Amino acid sequence: MSTLTETDTQRLHVVVVGHVDHGKSTFVGRLLHDTGSLPDGKIEQVKAACAAEKMDFEFAFLLDALLEEQEQNITIDTTRIFFRTDRRNYAIIDAPGHREFLKNMVTGAASASAALLLIDAQEGVMDQSRRHATLLSMLGVRQIVVLVNKMDLVGHREDAFRRIEADYTAFLRTLGISAQRFIPIAARHGDNVVRRSPAMPWYAGPTVAEALDGFEHADDLGRLPLRMPVSDIYRFDHRRIIAGRVEAGALRPGDDLVFLPGGRRSTVRAFEDWPTTTRDVVPTGASAGFTMEHQIFAERGQVAAHPEAAPRVGREFRARLFWLSKEPLLPNRAYRLRIGTQETQAFVTRIHSVTDADTLAAGDAASVPRDAVADLLIRTAKPVAFDLHHECPVTGRFVLEDSTRIAGGGIITEAVQDASPRPGTGPVSGQERAARLGHGAAVLWFTGLSGAGKSTLAESVERRLFDAGKHVVRVDGDDLRAQLSADLGFSAEARAESVRRAAAVAGLFADTGAVVLVTLIAPIAADRAKARKSLARHPFLEVFVDAPLATCEARDPKGLYAKVRRGEIKEFTGISSPYEPPADPEVHVRTDQVELAEATEQVLHAIDEVIREPREDWEV
Amino acid sequence: MDHLTRLEQTSIHIFREAYRCFRNVCMPWSMGKDSNVLIWLARKAFAGKVPFPLLHIDTTYEFPEMYAFRDWATKEHGIELLVRINEDAIRRGVGYATHDPVTVTHELKTLALRQALDEFKWDALITGIRRDEDPTRAKERHFSPRSAEGAWDYKDQPPEFWGQFATTPPPGGHVRVQPLLEWTELDIWEYIRREGIPIPTLYFARDGKRFRSLGCHPITHPVPSTADTLDAVIDELRLTRTSERAGRAQDHHERNAMQKLRAKGFM
Repeated sequence: MSTLTETDTQRLHVVVVGHVDHGKSTFVGRLLHDTGSLPDGKIEQVKAACAAEKMDFEFAFLLDALLEEQEQNITIDTTRIFFRTDRRNYAIIDAPGHREFLKNMVTGAASASAALLLIDAQEGVMDQSRRHATLLSMLGVRQIVVLVNKMDLVGHREDAFRRIEADYTAFLRTLGISAQRFIPIAARHGDNVVRRSPAMPWYAGPTVAEALDGFEHADDLGRLPLRMPVSDIYRFDHRRIIAGRVEAGALRPGDDLVFLPGGRRSTVRAFEDWPTTTRDVVPTGASAGFTMEHQIFAERGQVAAHPEAAPRVGREFRARLFWLSKEPLLPNRAYRLRIGTQETQAFVTRIHSVTDADTLAAGDAASVPRDAVADLLIRTAKPVAFDLHHECPVTGRFVLEDSTRIAGGGIITEAVQDASPRPGTGPVSGQERAARLGHGAAVLWFTGLSGAGKSTLAESVERRLFDAGKHVVRVDGDDLRAQLSADLGFSAEARAESVRRAAAVAGLFADTGAVVLVTLIAPIAADRAKARKSLARHPFLEVFVDAPLATCEARDPKGLYAKVRRGEIKEFTGISSPYEPPADPEVHVRTDQVELAEATEQVLHAIDEVIREPREDWEV
Repeated sequence: MDHLTRLEQTSIHIFREAYRCFRNVCMPWSMGKDSNVLIWLARKAFAGKVPFPLLHIDTTYEFPEMYAFRDWATKEHGIELLVRINEDAIRRGVGYATHDPVTVTHELKTLALRQALDEFKWDALITGIRRDEDPTRAKERHFSPRSAEGAWDYKDQPPEFWGQFATTPPPGGHVRVQPLLEWTELDIWEYIRREGIPIPTLYFARDGKRFRSLGCHPITHPVPSTADTLDAVIDELRLTRTSERAGRAQDHHERNAMQKLRAKGFM
């Protein structure tokens, strides 16, 4: 029996992981049964259901209640079950072992303090055994107990158990982690789950139930510096309440706070709790709502911290990332990055290595496939506040979204000094320019067929930005052709050079702090990618102005299509030379489907996201 | 932080994320104990105010006491209340006297909700479901997308970790936000006691019986109990080994009835 007798009021979350068919759900069903945690009649109910379907009863059915799961005998999604021992309450998270459901395993494991990892004594260490341990190490689950299951199928032999123990210990060492212990079990029969097994007298260690009671709660982040990502500002009445959850450290009235990025400071006046409380501290994990002594600009996404122990602010960092999406992660493609409550566009600028989680063999790669782990560089469109993962895990990790869905998660391993050429190396910094203008710089590249509406849309956006007090410049492709690039023709090389010059001009304007609107067909994707790269020092938005060729030809605002059809123009994009539409533009406008006003709003919204900079004199 | 405070604070965080990330939020309200805990948590999250409307899907089979409680609590909490009935189903004579419980539940709850969704175009609904109620609910996410037809794609749920949620509804669909997912029935009762949250008195024993879960009166049955105070209910639950929804007929009408109901959009 457990020697730990103190009662624990916190619920401990334990995830059960391992390769498919190594017996996770059977184990959990057995654990619940043997600890007397099942409701009356549950076993009988499931047994009756099995009999009705002419299936043999399995303990796993207690959990795999979904019909599909019973038919296929696998766990599709993570589930969790609450039960208690004399020591404390548990939430057991049963995660799927099938490779296809890795995202669900991550969902289950990310909230756990400890893990039970099952390995089939007959099959030994398999790819998901390795993959799950890799993810546990990234998710920060440090307490791992390995259960060598199905010992009955290897004659309860100690040598079979020891061999797996040795194999897997060696593997865990390569991850820099270790298991607390290995336990030989036969979940089907309950051996060493709650009841000590008479079939394995050679094993003198604890049962699983005893090992569970030996787990501790995950590290409390209360000892770290304060990190409170702002989730919202409420103005339901005369009060202006800053809302957020304290993710690390503690928050008290009278605390001086700095809000990053941005850097405005104020002091906590009072907690605005309902019903009124007398609490004088908001600890890690608790939500706060407070008023401030001085009204300053603050918004969702900023991190409130104590000025003497503030997070870093930057636009580039190195990270270790796991990727869960079917579509591979590609460099220089726009993803949405979320770190705390901050959201911004982000690009992978370099993939250092991709590790196959099955074998942990690292290699070079041009993309990160599903379920792999990669070491890479990430660049964000606007500055973000962050910590290194080992300094503060909650502000040192992020997710990437692809098409509005969370597609991967990463931990920040290194901050990268901004090395690209940028305004600010001279006597006037980019921040100073942005502070004076009240917004940051950006380059928007309007690409699309002739007649798709690039200029019309850019002019409409220009007017609106100007009226809103923004510093805006439009770089028109036709103007460039008439002046700076008058020497160029329409060969592939000439077109590439024309794009390069337009990007250089746009960069100079953006360096002055302007929002630059470039309208240029730029038909070749590789040319546009080069332009994006040369402008990496500024947020870059590709705006795909999209209309079918027939629509463009019918509009024919400059009479060019008519000339092509009469044979007066030879090389013409979309007809006699190719147009490569953007695979993943930041903004995609279907000008044959939406009105100009709506298209304008669409573009303005995207701009607003990347140029917003709090103004120095912003007062509420 | 103690266990209940931790649950409470996590729920508050979920409320705030939902209110901020969606444009048009609504919270269905059954007047049952869990949905009254939700109102309480919302007021804690938003400095005393419930900043979105509550929706009562009136099956017309509610216990009379529930209507009285609804009207009282609407004033007490300063709630903006919407009430909707599937009038079409009522006209067609759908009811417990003539139809099976799964059909009636589908018509008077799920379809009524879908009609309201069509009318108000909410992009998020905050619901009070909990993992411990049913094995299919155990597999839920805090933010759980629903298609335009209201269907739950339980085979391909979005990842959810590190406090990051699926905040984009599918085209034409909405997201179910479920702040009580981690709570157990016992947690709910202990929290009601700690905070003094008002709930209908049907939950307390009268004549040796009490309701443990409340739904339509023809298909909701009281359980034998002498628990007539909060303390007594909590003591009873600590010892019980029967499931909370045992008295809810629509769950047990056929095998996997609950899964089928939920895949079609039932809470």
